[in-house]
Amino acid sequence: MNHWQPTTTLDVLQLRAAIIAKIRAFFTRRHVLEVETPLLSTSTNPAVHLNSFSVINHPPLYLQTSPEFAMKRLLAAGSGDIYQISKAFRAQENGRLHHIEFTMLEWYRVNFTHYDLMDEVGQFLHFVLNTAETSRITYRDLFLQYLNVDPFGPTDDLKKIARQQGLNASLDDDHDAWLQLLLTHLIEPHLGEKHPLLVYDFPATQAMLARINPNNPQTAERFELYFKGMELANGFHELNNPQEQRARFVQENKIREQLNLPSIPLDEKFLASLASLPPCSGVALGVDRLVMIAAQVNSLAEVLTFIE
Amino acid sequence: MTSYTTNEFKSGLKVMMDNDPYNILENEFVKPGKGQAFNRVKMRNLKTGRVLEKTFKSGESLEGADVVDMELQFLYNDGTMLHFMSPETFEQYAVNTEKVADEVKWLKEQDICLTTLWNGVIIALNPPIFVTLKVTETDPGIRGDTATGGSKPATLETGAVVRVPLFVNTGDILKIDTRTGEYISRGK
Repeated sequence: MNHWQPTTTLDVLQLRAAIIAKIRAFFTRRHVLEVETPLLSTSTNPAVHLNSFSVINHPPLYLQTSPEFAMKRLLAAGSGDIYQISKAFRAQENGRLHHIEFTMLEWYRVNFTHYDLMDEVGQFLHFVLNTAETSRITYRDLFLQYLNVDPFGPTDDLKKIARQQGLNASLDDDHDAWLQLLLTHLIEPHLGEKHPLLVYDFPATQAMLARINPNNPQTAERFELYFKGMELANGFHELNNPQEQRARFVQENKIREQLNLPSIPLDEKFLASLASLPPCSGVALGVDRLVMIAAQVNSLAEVLTFIE
Repeated sequence: MTSYTTNEFKSGLKVMMDNDPYNILENEFVKPGKGQAFNRVKMRNLKTGRVLEKTFKSGESLEGADVVDMELQFLYNDGTMLHFMSPETFEQYAVNTEKVADEVKWLKEQDICLTTLWNGVIIALNPPIFVTLKVTETDPGIRGDTATGGSKPATLETGAVVRVPLFVNTGDILKIDTRTGEYISRGK
């Protein structure tokens, strides 16, 4: 029998519509312009850990993993503050908290540092979910607090913690992979139980499109938002140096080659626009996960209409 | 044998790891928005029965294991080996008694038992959760004591020894939970 019914409920549909309306009200009040950019593009984000759907082959057209490149081109063209609610696509991501197609809210604020934007993220959550306060902690302090290990220390220390905590994984000497293992398996499930938590000053090695911290080159001007044990948003003080951005893309494609992953044609229009990108910060937030929290459910399937 | 990548791992899939066959129990996809994707997998070693948790990088793969579940009839125990037969193909299979000592004690000759075969060799017996077996030896029953108070050992027709209430007599038919080896009830 064909099970055609939605995986969510009509109550959750109402809730989602109310949340979308609140999001629009939040940005309208702040004079942030709603925009719409193409879902299909001749290029995409070459980050090794992102898998784009390529829908036509010669020349390839990619479904966007986020609207970031197109929105930055609008900023470079002088749009001023903008936001967008759109679908984003990531191949091979399926699970309780992942789906290959999901709804993303992304917004950019001109002349905001990532600290300013973190303030606004807290105000946003208060407006949409009526949360009391949003606290913040650095990435380094987070690891020290939960695991008593310095994330910028030797990789062997990370391996030791993983072993002690009963994690069984083979990640060679990939320092960032060990950090991500510890964060996702041992720390994240406990984050933001009561109040949303912003984690900032991520390792510079985990920030493709963010500025490097001028006072500490080990860290990037990047933050993540956690609430109810989930990652909810990721934000950057945006890199606007075309040469540096190109070098990072080229490096990603080199790693892609080593891993036998398809290399991604560089987005030359995006790279050319970066020279005109005003100082700004931007953040992308998973709307489906936001609805999950409002609906107090445990899986994406419960807030999506249909799952293919 | 086909190999399977982490996104094909699902409950019931049989795979090889470190030269042992495993049954996948759970597979959870975990990924930071900007970083390495993982599959957190719970799997049971089909030889030892032990459950293991292992985290794979998404995209890693394991060889499939030639493991099948098959209903076989228990023929006899020759002291060192147990002999089974497929009621469909009449093909016979044997397994060392010691390897399945915990399970075989619930089986009578002629019983049908779900078995797990790896590369054509029995590696596990999965007796029914509940079995009914006759008591062949126990101390005489105490009349009237049908409620609580004390227990005694009873030997069943398969040789298994279980704790039973005092009112149970030799010749009674008992229902036993094979997962715990506990007495459930007395039948007729």
